[in-house]
Amino acid sequence: MIEVKKLVKRFGLKTVLRGLDFQVQEGEFVALLGPNGAGKTTFLRILASLSRPSMGAIRIAGYNLPGQASAVRRRLGVVSHLPLLYGDLTAEENLRFYGRMYDVPGLGARIDEVLEMVGLSARRRDLVRTFSRGMQQRLAIGRAILHDPDVLLFDEPHTGLDQDACDMLDTLLREVAARGRTVVMTSHDLARVEDLASRFDVLSRGVISASESRSGLGGKNLLDFYRKALAG
Amino acid sequence: MDRPQTTNRRPLSVAHRPSSGYLKAILAIAWKDLAAELRSRELLSAMLVFALLVILIFNFALELDVAARKAVTSGVLWVTFAFAGTLGLNRSMAIEKDRGCLDGLLLAPVDRSAIYFGKMISNLAFMFIVEAIILPAYSVLYTTNLFNPGLIGVILLGSVGYVAVGTLLSSMAVQTRTRDVLLPILLFPVIVPVLVAAVKASSGILQGLALAEIMPQVSLLIVYDVIFIAVSFMVFDYVVEE
Repeated sequence: MIEVKKLVKRFGLKTVLRGLDFQVQEGEFVALLGPNGAGKTTFLRILASLSRPSMGAIRIAGYNLPGQASAVRRRLGVVSHLPLLYGDLTAEENLRFYGRMYDVPGLGARIDEVLEMVGLSARRRDLVRTFSRGMQQRLAIGRAILHDPDVLLFDEPHTGLDQDACDMLDTLLREVAARGRTVVMTSHDLARVEDLASRFDVLSRGVISASESRSGLGGKNLLDFYRKALAG
Repeated sequence: MDRPQTTNRRPLSVAHRPSSGYLKAILAIAWKDLAAELRSRELLSAMLVFALLVILIFNFALELDVAARKAVTSGVLWVTFAFAGTLGLNRSMAIEKDRGCLDGLLLAPVDRSAIYFGKMISNLAFMFIVEAIILPAYSVLYTTNLFNPGLIGVILLGSVGYVAVGTLLSSMAVQTRTRDVLLPILLFPVIVPVLVAAVKASSGILQGLALAEIMPQVSLLIVYDVIFIAVSFMVFDYVVEE
C-alpha cells in the first residue's frame, strides 16, 4: 500500500531523511517511533504530499508522489496534533466543507454516519471553538475518514489530550483500523502504541533503524526494542 | 485522471471517484470563509473600523475646501481601500494557518489553484462589503457624490487586481513569523501599477473627463487584473508547498 525507496529530504544544508526505505502492507497499523527531531513529522508530511522529497521514490495505493499527488490525496486521511478545523463553523459545517472539497457523494448521510462514529452527533450544531481538545481531535478523525480513505496518517494524535480523551481516541483508532484501513501513526508514547499497532518502526538518524511486528516482539518489551534501535 | 500503476486494485469506493470538484472546491472555500466571517465578524469589523478611521483622519487633517476635496478624493479612497485590504488579506490567511487549516486545504484532492480562487473570491467579497460602506460614509464626510457607475466600475476593477495579487502574497507571507509586517512590504511595490491606474481613472471620472481620456487607465487595470490572476494561478502551487 505504501512503498518508499531511498527517500532523502533536505532543508537547506540540513539533511533530515537520509535514504529512508519503508513499506506498509494493506491493512497494517504501523507505529513510527523516534526521538524528537528524528524526522517523523517531515516523513509524514512527505507521505501526505504536503512537502516535496529532495530525492527518492514514493508510491501510495499504486500512485506515485509527487507526480500523482492529487490521486494520492484522494486516498489519504490525515490527522495531526492540530485539528485542521474551523472554530467559527459548527462540527457539521466543518464536515460539510471538507466533504465538498473531497466531492463526497451522499454527503448528508455520510456526515451523519461519521458524527455517530466519533460520538459527536449531539454536538453537531455547536461551534468547534466551544469543543474540548479531545472532542476536536475526535472530530478531526471524523474529518480524516469522511471521504473513506484507504490510508490514514496520524501525526502524534495524542498530543495535548488528557488520559480520558486519549483512551477515547484509542478506541476510535482501533475502530478505524478494524475497518481494514492502512494506518501509519507517529508517537512518542510507547505504552500507548504498544496495544494499537501491528508493527513498530523506529526512525533514527534519518532512516528506519529497526522494524518489528507485534508478533515478532513476542514477550519482549517495546521499550527495550526501541532503546536498542536508537543505540544501534 | 491519474491512473495507478498496479492492476490488482479493489473495486472503486467513495475514495476512488474521479476528481471532478474543482468548481465545487472553489465555492466551498468561499462559502466557508463567508459563513465563518458572518459568525465572528472579526475580519470585516477590523477592516471597516480601520477604513473609517483613515477617511476620518484625512478629513480632519486636510481640512480642505470643496474643490480641493474633490481633487484628493480618489487618492484618499484608494489609500483607504489598500490599507484596509491589507488588514483583511492578512487575517484571512492567518485564520487558515493558525489552526493548521491550510494543511487541511492542501490535502484536498483538487488542483491547488482552486484554493487560490476560493480565497480570492472571499477576499474580494470582504473588500466589496467594506467599499460599499465606505463610499456613502465618504460621500457624507467629504460632501462629494461618489455614486457614479463609472467610479464603481473602476473600484471593482482595481479591487480585483489588488485582491488577486494580495491573495497570492498573503499566502506567502503567512508562512513566515513576520507575516503582519511582510505582507505590506511585499504587496505595495507590486500593486503600485494597479493603484496608480485606479487613482488616475477614478480622478478622471470624478472630474467628468470624457470616456476616451479615461479608457487607457481602465484598459491598464483590465490588463493588470488578467496578468495578476494568470500569474497567481500558475505559481500558487509552488508558493504554498514546502
